Amino acid sequence: MSEIRLIINGIKVKANRGATVLEAAQAAGIYIPTLCADPDLEPYGSCRLCVVEIEGMRGLPTACTTPATDNMVVHTETPAVNEVRRTVIDLLIADHPMDCLTCRKNQQCELQKVAAYLGITERRFPRTNRSFPVDTTNPFFDLDRNYCILCAKCVRTCHEVTGVGAIDLAYRGYTAKVATFGDKPFMESICKSCGECVVRCPVAALVPKETRQPTREVLTTCPYCGVGCQMYLGIRDGEIISVRGDRDNQVNMGRLCVKGRFGATEFIHHPERLSSPLVRRNGEFAEVSWEEALDEVAARLRRYQPEEIAILSSAKCTNEENYLLQKLGRAVLGTHNIDHCARLCHSPSVAGLATTFGSGAMTNSIGDIKDAACIFAIGTNTTEAHPVIGFEMKKAVRRGTKLIVANPREIELVRHADIWLRQRPGSDVALLMGMCRVIVDEGLFDAAFIAERCENFDALKSSLQAFDLDFVSRITGVPQEQIVAAARLYATSRPAAIFYAMGITQHSHGTDNVIATANLAMLTGNVGKPGSGINPLRGQNNVQGACDMGALPNVYPGYQAVTSEAVKEKFEAGWGCSLPPTKPGLAVTDVFEAAYNGQIKAMYIMGENPILSEPQAKHAEEALRRLEFLVVQDIFLSETARLAHIVLPGVTFAEKDGTFTNTERRVQRVRRAIAPIGNAKPDWWIICQIGKKMGSQGFNFAGPSQIMDEIARLTPSYGGISYRRLEKGGLQWPCPTKEHPGTPILHTQAFTRGKGQFMPLEFKPSMELPDDEYPLLLTTGRSLFHFHTGTMSRKVKGLNVFRGEELVEINPQDAEALGIADGDTVKVVSRRGEVTAKARLTQASPVGVVFMTFHFAESPTNQLTNPALDPVARIPELKVCAVRVEKNGSSG
Amino acid sequence: MIILAETEVKDKLDEILSHHSANRDELIPILQEVQEALGYLPQEAMQKVARFLHLPESAVFGVSTFYAQFKFFPTGKKKVRLCRGTACHVRGAPHILEEVEKRLGIKPGETTDDLEYSLETIACFGSCALAPVMVVDDNVYGRMTPKKVAQILGDKKRD
Repeated sequence: MSEIRLIINGIKVKANRGATVLEAAQAAGIYIPTLCADPDLEPYGSCRLCVVEIEGMRGLPTACTTPATDNMVVHTETPAVNEVRRTVIDLLIADHPMDCLTCRKNQQCELQKVAAYLGITERRFPRTNRSFPVDTTNPFFDLDRNYCILCAKCVRTCHEVTGVGAIDLAYRGYTAKVATFGDKPFMESICKSCGECVVRCPVAALVPKETRQPTREVLTTCPYCGVGCQMYLGIRDGEIISVRGDRDNQVNMGRLCVKGRFGATEFIHHPERLSSPLVRRNGEFAEVSWEEALDEVAARLRRYQPEEIAILSSAKCTNEENYLLQKLGRAVLGTHNIDHCARLCHSPSVAGLATTFGSGAMTNSIGDIKDAACIFAIGTNTTEAHPVIGFEMKKAVRRGTKLIVANPREIELVRHADIWLRQRPGSDVALLMGMCRVIVDEGLFDAAFIAERCENFDALKSSLQAFDLDFVSRITGVPQEQIVAAARLYATSRPAAIFYAMGITQHSHGTDNVIATANLAMLTGNVGKPGSGINPLRGQNNVQGACDMGALPNVYPGYQAVTSEAVKEKFEAGWGCSLPPTKPGLAVTDVFEAAYNGQIKAMYIMGENPILSEPQAKHAEEALRRLEFLVVQDIFLSETARLAHIVLPGVTFAEKDGTFTNTERRVQRVRRAIAPIGNAKPDWWIICQIGKKMGSQGFNFAGPSQIMDEIARLTPSYGGISYRRLEKGGLQWPCPTKEHPGTPILHTQAFTRGKGQFMPLEFKPSMELPDDEYPLLLTTGRSLFHFHTGTMSRKVKGLNVFRGEELVEINPQDAEALGIADGDTVKVVSRRGEVTAKARLTQASPVGVVFMTFHFAESPTNQLTNPALDPVARIPELKVCAVRVEKNGSSG
Repeated sequence: MIILAETEVKDKLDEILSHHSANRDELIPILQEVQEALGYLPQEAMQKVARFLHLPESAVFGVSTFYAQFKFFPTGKKKVRLCRGTACHVRGAPHILEEVEKRLGIKPGETTDDLEYSLETIACFGSCALAPVMVVDDNVYGRMTPKKVAQILGDKKRD
């Protein structure tokens, strides 16, 4: 980027070409008052406070909308300029309360700051009488229009930054105001409560309900989804009272969603937090000392053979903790039976992308989204499950990126899409291969890329013969012309990026789905370049890291195969112990079967709640009940912990140090903000104690930083990562050496496996489809307002105000046929169980399909889902099963 | 205009949208046609237009509330508009308005309970030579007097 030089107030100033006069001044440390400019928003020029004089220009241009040019001479403090500013502020404060000392924005108010700068000491114009009722309906913030100065920052934020568009300026002249559609209260609007408008409001119009200021702040990583937003926790008297987004990082750039901003602290201080180890005595839990609990865990674990023990690690815990727990399993308990919830989300990504590319992770970065000419979002409800990535996608679309959405449900992204493909659940292979067929038939593929970088193209071509448009349209339910249009748009917009999530993976043919996306990307040369790639969006805050750390039955840390004798020897030398044979352990889905059958007798579960997350959950619960010994380490007495023999109280992300690895492979710090609550202990400490009590020498760590040093020694992709380096910001693996800058884009020169491998595919229907007895198809997903099984988010009052119970989303046409009205309590029945919840009638669900989340223990949706497994990845078919819906009380 | 049944609203909207492209520049022409057909902009209609144009509903609401021409409640079958421009004012428009208000029993911006009449005032029709001016639907009545109000609205006398 070239530089220009200009003179502001007689001072020579350098600025980037393309900067506005305001940006040039700010970069040079010259203050120009403004109330409507924001670095994240497009220039607006409405408040008229940033007016300046520019030599050779007539009048008083606004600095925020005027591009700086070479040799420009700017004066920001002339009498004419200050006269205008004075009048602007006089007019604003004629309409504005003057209760600064007791105002909720006191000392953080931009209007106050500008008035002080101008030396205003009196109200020159008479006070006008405007009076608006305050909208207090949102549980986290209020809208008090009596303070509003109509700068439209909130409105522009809602459209430009978040792409939600819940508010706009409505009415005209003196009656103009910020309003939702129909001028309804916030809670009756589509507002997602991310609070981005609240952050940017310069006055006390939009204010959080909690306005106390913290005494200190700690930078850390959000504990909810895989985006990995960086945020500051504000601490006051041992309590976390505030959260604010960190603007100086490449992941979220200050933005947060409702869970991160308003839902990440209440559960930390919740009265139900476990604060003491519990041991079951005569059927009841008794509080015991750590010494007693740990001794008993060690003693009882010793009684079992390696093949009788299984470990469930946690995608919510840190890298260091996952590393230690798999080490405990392999080095001390002698078993590879270790797995975690990635089995239920992205195991097909790991398997499918390993086959085609050689490594299974998001190929590109979140910061790349803006560079894509086309985004193809299939099987991802991004705005609900990865809100900040959703913001980024919508922002790209606003700037001209084309968006293709493939989703059976009318999700929020559909409104922003150029093409919406409404495929039938479970028909993705047909859809993707159909698009490949169009691209091959029309010669739109990247022949040079295929010739140079890929292999097995002929096999793909011949398997495409089966996917003619007739067949594909019949299977998917998508009109032929839409399939053609999508294929053309994806193939001709370069670069194009594919994003997917559980809609692709949670099928009995999940691995095939992933391979189909890889075929499509390789066909068009969309791998290894900025703004392209295959981007599986990881669900949990550290599910990427838990996989990286080898909390999987078939690999050591860094995806080093347990089947390799050389790898085994490497870790035996590194850990100074002998390790189990080179045979993979059991996947979690198989562990539950083995526990049910009595083959697994003892389990150690850290930070997971399989009773709500496993398919056919009743069966999983029974399996846990049959165990001789169950240890659960958690922050709450979860549904799973209630079944344990010993419960060990771990801590939340705010009470320990560590690292999480986000969906784009970025390793980021988690920092201790407060001391552990009660007698709870950091999870890494607990695992170390058990390791030591069982006689191992490999658990003498002073803290997580030392653990990371050991990880770096044994894990090539983490080789260059240390806490010292992470102080400067996150690092994306592979980062093999201390000098390596990290890898934002994978497969740039060659694929990890050498050549990208096309794979022929055939269409396989889902295992259980609707029939006469179970005529509807149930698909599952997430709500923005909760996370996973709700262990954390259900403890946040405000989030429960948004969504307090399960809702069965059903198309009005299906509902009418069943005599069901909106809000009726209904029973959803599958071959495996039944669940009761309220019905919500919505066109978002296609005819014949009902939708439920799995956040609510009172309506455990996974008692319905089908445990049929993908043969390669062992993931269950959580996205498709057959159900019938009955109005409660009737027999349907 | 009378309130239409839900299906009629839907049919009319579908008909209007069928000859527009989904381009946001079409917003105001579409809203004008919807109002022409339905007499006002029901919320459901604005939502449908927003969906058609891929616009946030709030933006459609913002635009439609900005313009005085758009109505958000059902209006009467007959629309009575009175000029309150300078020429009409000096030639007695306030008396005309008073008479109309009395006859119809409503203030400017309101609609009679039986949905027969709506009343509004206009800044200037540009027919100052005819001042004072009253317009009922598309019929212009010039050189108005309170008596003429009675003649024009007389046979529909209000309580």
